[in-house]
Amino acid sequence: MSELIIEAGRTEKNYWRDLWRYRELFYFLAWRDILVRYKQTVMGVAWAVIRPFLIMVIFTILFSRVAKLHAPASMPYALLVMAGMLPWQFISASLSASSESVIQSSNLVSKIYFPRMIVPASSVITSFVDFLITLALMAGMMAWYRFAPDWHLLALPLFVALAFAASIGLGLWLCALTVEYRDFRYVIPFVVQFGLYISPVGFSSDVVPAKWRLLFSLNPVVGVIDGFRWSLLRGQAHFWWPDLTNSLIMTAVLFSSGIWYFRKMERGFADVI
Amino acid sequence: MSDVIISVENLGKKYAIRHQDQRSNYKSLREVVARKTASLFNRRDRQAARARTREDFWALRDVSFELERGKVLGIIGRNGAGKSTLLKVLSRITEPSEGRVTLRGRVASLLEVGTGFHPELTGRENILLNGSILGMSRVEIRRKFDEIVDFAGVEKFLDTPVKRYSSGMYVRLAFAVAAHLEPEILIVDEVLAVGDKEFQKKCLGKMQDVATTEGRTVLFVSHNMAAVNQLCTRGILLSKGTKIADGPSEEVTSMYLMDAVASIDGRADLRGHPARPQSCLPLITQLTVRTRGEIITSTIPSGEEFAVDICVTLPMPLEEPRLAIAIEDSYGRRLMTFASYFNTRRPALPPLSSHCIIRCDAGKLPLAPGRYLISASVSTRDDGLLDSIDGAMWIEVVWNNNYTDGEPYSPVYGPILKESKWFVIEPL
Repeated sequence: MSELIIEAGRTEKNYWRDLWRYRELFYFLAWRDILVRYKQTVMGVAWAVIRPFLIMVIFTILFSRVAKLHAPASMPYALLVMAGMLPWQFISASLSASSESVIQSSNLVSKIYFPRMIVPASSVITSFVDFLITLALMAGMMAWYRFAPDWHLLALPLFVALAFAASIGLGLWLCALTVEYRDFRYVIPFVVQFGLYISPVGFSSDVVPAKWRLLFSLNPVVGVIDGFRWSLLRGQAHFWWPDLTNSLIMTAVLFSSGIWYFRKMERGFADVI
Repeated sequence: MSDVIISVENLGKKYAIRHQDQRSNYKSLREVVARKTASLFNRRDRQAARARTREDFWALRDVSFELERGKVLGIIGRNGAGKSTLLKVLSRITEPSEGRVTLRGRVASLLEVGTGFHPELTGRENILLNGSILGMSRVEIRRKFDEIVDFAGVEKFLDTPVKRYSSGMYVRLAFAVAAHLEPEILIVDEVLAVGDKEFQKKCLGKMQDVATTEGRTVLFVSHNMAAVNQLCTRGILLSKGTKIADGPSEEVTSMYLMDAVASIDGRADLRGHPARPQSCLPLITQLTVRTRGEIITSTIPSGEEFAVDICVTLPMPLEEPRLAIAIEDSYGRRLMTFASYFNTRRPALPPLSSHCIIRCDAGKLPLAPGRYLISASVSTRDDGLLDSIDGAMWIEVVWNNNYTDGEPYSPVYGPILKESKWFVIEPL
């Protein structure tokens, strides 16, 4: 029988083993969130498709007709927007959901033991499910515009993984910070809004002037969105390798530091929450 | 088997209490940044500020014990003694501040009934969810699903959202899931406080099974001394964060109960008694126990004359006052009540006002030797209960050879030794 020692300040080597042992909880918490969303609704799961569809329609109208931003001539503007919306929706929804997640599950955190990282991670998984549905919608759109993707599509899973890592990294940071400093609850919606305008969702990255390039590419979402466009739209969207490298580095930093900070603060969650 | 499965050494847990900013526990960035930059320039200032604003509150201090496999340990103490904190540390929900705990088995804790239940989900879905949160794998839950539903008795309502359940069903379902965990160590915190008598009996029965037939180790926290004595062989008494007793459960529960305001030679001052509920008025000020006329004492021989004088201070006159004295044994079981309205059609007491002393003359006290707690209450027919103190003072009953014609005492008599008249009916 393995021995477990609980002591002040002892780093839990068992934590990662526990994460594996509790792996089914990732699924169950995400399943719960999704199930609860559509309980007592008439439309039910249809909302999962209608919502992104409406958003796409509105943004296309907004950005192309009203703001008069245009895509490079070779592709329909709607597709350009959609290819950017896809990862953006995933990341922003993950951020909003995971930052609140531990506080909302305060009764779980204060009464039951399980690796707390599962809570924000499962919010990211929930958003990922929405992402998959929207991806199917995108496929439908591309069929409509008769725009078939080519070999660039193979790179898509990589960018999905990048989006996932960025979401988790940022999510863990925000989650841990929000438990300690409740201000973040009110700051995050604003930050997400702001993020929408500084990320190349409604516009293409090449409109950004060269002197702002470096700063611009520090936003991890930039690399993800550019990558998505590149792989979905036959490499015709603009793509800049330094951008990607910056994104990769930022994401790696966010991911590892997010885990570090979360683990550090996790011990005190039950006392502070 | 005497292998130690839980070992607790000098465990301590402290919380920091703030004094300066009493508004809330939530920190705001602005405050933290402002304070930190201000104190950055002055080290003395920093230290003084820290000392001024934080006070350490030790919820647990220097607690040590060992528990062997298969044993059931009861943890008792007043509210605020540190019981829940101890359980939280053992369940790894919070980290200790000093000391160490060694666990040699999987722990499952039931600190609250229905943790993780979501009101929108159905009973079926909640069983899966709750089971998973408590640490069961999907396969395990599916395997035990029928047993759980059977134990809870909610088969008809499995597919209704839990928010529609009655509170009894809710609690039964929640406990049913938790009861089917199979950990080596089970930690249960006052969950018997919810639910009706039948449910409590079922819970106790199940926990007894878990301990005896399944041979698991159980840590049980409760305020119900009868339950603790029934389930546990050993008990630990906590008070203000430290362990003050560790021994057989009867002894420890007895110590806990007798911790009521001590009566000095038959008199107890009840003016500021902690056991008086908030909703009651402080009408009863003193109790005096007498025997054989005017002798004041807290030691009474079995079968001896027993009377209690109740001093009351009434801010308003009472028209039809009703007073009662109740006696409980050291297990917390109520054995008998003497009430002024028993066996009398007309009110036994006249209207009362300001200060008075009322005597309850109970005649011969038919109790077996032991320690007993006395509770007192004042009520009226129209207004109901006005003041009540449970466990206001204790008395000690000693063996009385005269009452039993020389027979020695034996526990087979039970707690109540009532006198009776005996005749020969046949042959005449």
